[in-house]
Amino acid sequence: MAKKNNKQPTPFTTLPKSPTGIQGLDEITGGGLPTGRPTLVCGGAGCGKTMLSIEFLVRGATQFGEPGVFMMFEENAEELSANVRSLGFDLDRLEAEQQIVLDHVHIERSEIEETGEYDLEGLFIRLGYAIDTIGAKRLVLDSIEALFGGLPNEGILRAELRRLFRWLKNRGMTAIITGEKGENTLTRYGLEEYVADCVIVLDHRVTEQISTRRLRVLKYRGTAHGMNEYPFLIGERGFSVLPITSLRLDHEASTKRISTGIDSLNAMLGGKGVYRGSSVLVSGSPGTGKSSLGAKFCETACLNGERTLLFAYEESPAQILRNMRSVGIDLDPWMKKGLLQIHSSRPTLHGLEQHLVMMHDTVRAFNPAVVVVDPISNLTMERNEGEVKPTLMRLIDFLKQQQVTTLFTSLTSGSCATPEDSQVGISSLMDTWLLLRNVEFNGERNRTIYVLKSRGMPHSNQVREFVLSDKGIDLVDVYLGTDRMLTGTARVAQEVQERAAAELHCQDHERKLRQLASKQKAIEAQIAALQAEAEAEAAEVNFAIAQETLQELASQQNSKAMAQLRGGLTNNKREGKRK
Amino acid sequence: MMEDTQSEQNCPEVVQYELRLYVAGQTAKSLAAFANLKRICESHLHGEYRIEVIDLIKTPQLAAGDQILAVPTLVRRLPEPIKKIIGDLSNEERVLVGLDIQPVEV
Repeated sequence: MAKKNNKQPTPFTTLPKSPTGIQGLDEITGGGLPTGRPTLVCGGAGCGKTMLSIEFLVRGATQFGEPGVFMMFEENAEELSANVRSLGFDLDRLEAEQQIVLDHVHIERSEIEETGEYDLEGLFIRLGYAIDTIGAKRLVLDSIEALFGGLPNEGILRAELRRLFRWLKNRGMTAIITGEKGENTLTRYGLEEYVADCVIVLDHRVTEQISTRRLRVLKYRGTAHGMNEYPFLIGERGFSVLPITSLRLDHEASTKRISTGIDSLNAMLGGKGVYRGSSVLVSGSPGTGKSSLGAKFCETACLNGERTLLFAYEESPAQILRNMRSVGIDLDPWMKKGLLQIHSSRPTLHGLEQHLVMMHDTVRAFNPAVVVVDPISNLTMERNEGEVKPTLMRLIDFLKQQQVTTLFTSLTSGSCATPEDSQVGISSLMDTWLLLRNVEFNGERNRTIYVLKSRGMPHSNQVREFVLSDKGIDLVDVYLGTDRMLTGTARVAQEVQERAAAELHCQDHERKLRQLASKQKAIEAQIAALQAEAEAEAAEVNFAIAQETLQELASQQNSKAMAQLRGGLTNNKREGKRK
Repeated sequence: MMEDTQSEQNCPEVVQYELRLYVAGQTAKSLAAFANLKRICESHLHGEYRIEVIDLIKTPQLAAGDQILAVPTLVRRLPEPIKKIIGDLSNEERVLVGLDIQPVEV
């Protein structure tokens, strides 16, 4: 969006410019339309000429304090007011507030007879009067070519048109002149001959049965401008051109994380999941489980009380509910609670731009915290990357500005050599990229998942097996052997083998331990026997000693008794002898 | 010679033709148109007409009402339907056709 101060020419600009306030157009033209000069807007029927010009006037009056005159030659004021009311422009109010003058010029050839000389001073007076009434700075003539049908004398008309445009320049009116596209000329009656300062060409093209509006600044005298064709759309909030340069990269970056709903996947993403407000791309070939991953993400967001929006371009809401129930994801209660909305539509219903407008409007209306688009590749099919990328960039940018966490699934076509190739166009817009792959081996097909990139967080470099069952989604570590990676039954078989081997080892250890134990016991028994022997010997020795002592004692007593019996002397001698 | 009087004729009770001539200032074309109109009316609609001259330079707000683009423009407001003749009315025959008046035999 242009800012008010763009109106003041900086010393370096060659031309003063009047901002249109139209999203994107001011970026392309480097500030707006040439101030005080007429601009020609031409294109085929229904390409948005009137919309562009009315928005130029309304925004001029409401945002830039420049009242404007809308002189229409085709519709009348009531029709025009009704037509633009859907864009939120209240012409009646602006007219009552003297911000805008609507003047319908109606000429009926059948009512008019021509005799002699005349000029179009009446038109000049009407214009002059309307301009003076409100002090208008802007003017639209939509479409002045109708005069060629209404007035018989083309010679006079051309001379007067020349005079009119000069007059407008002299009055310093920033004007838009619209003109219908001619056969080989820009306009049917060659208006470009008179209006040469700035020419904008609008186009409404149908490619692959899908229509796209485009805008191109063909000429802008005295200033640099974007030369490309830019897609534009007319949405609920008016005209919007999509130049890539209008992208601002200034959105907030949250440090809060939001769970993916799969613990093992969160673990791969630094343990906490993805950043709030970031964009996640899940790409993979058909049947790799992208939608299930998206649905799981939705369910988790709802569980955490987040408002969630799912744009489905493949399945109807009922079909999604049924299919997701089969993998243990029940979205129905959340829809009933109003936390989850599913918008299903055919991608071919509109062009990409129209889809974008629809998404914008839905997101604005529902104000979700999480948006899942499943799959984004359907929107972009049959379109070349060059036009898809700016449009998607615009969408992602819009969602990021709103701090919405987004998950896009994307189908990779089988024809590409590697799945990475097919996503180059949009991958740079994504903060986290998960890649799902089918691994076919040993007569079965298994899903694997890995994190290709994830900005701003440590993430696992491992390939995990992605298992879908009626209990839900789980990630299993794949078997990484010395020579190959195994998934599915091969992984299970390998695991069984390893378990058996481990058991065997375990038993072997136990046996060895047992042997050791019994050996120890045997030794202990020996020790005990020896000890017993030693004890027995000791007992024997003690016994012998005791016996000898006893004998001694007995013999002493014996001799004493003998001595007593034989007499005292002998007895004393013997006794002395012994002592 | 040309004035902004509401009525140029003095028998208003039998007015059949109510004519309005839109001009922008006293240009040669305006003066010629007025003179031509006056002459034609006198010779063909004697006493049955009223001419109103509107100078858009003085009253520009009136231009939108009759959808005036070209000047001079003669508007036949009555009888219905409304008819418009643009130009300086120099071709009498076409003026008569435009006003739907049968030429009076002289």
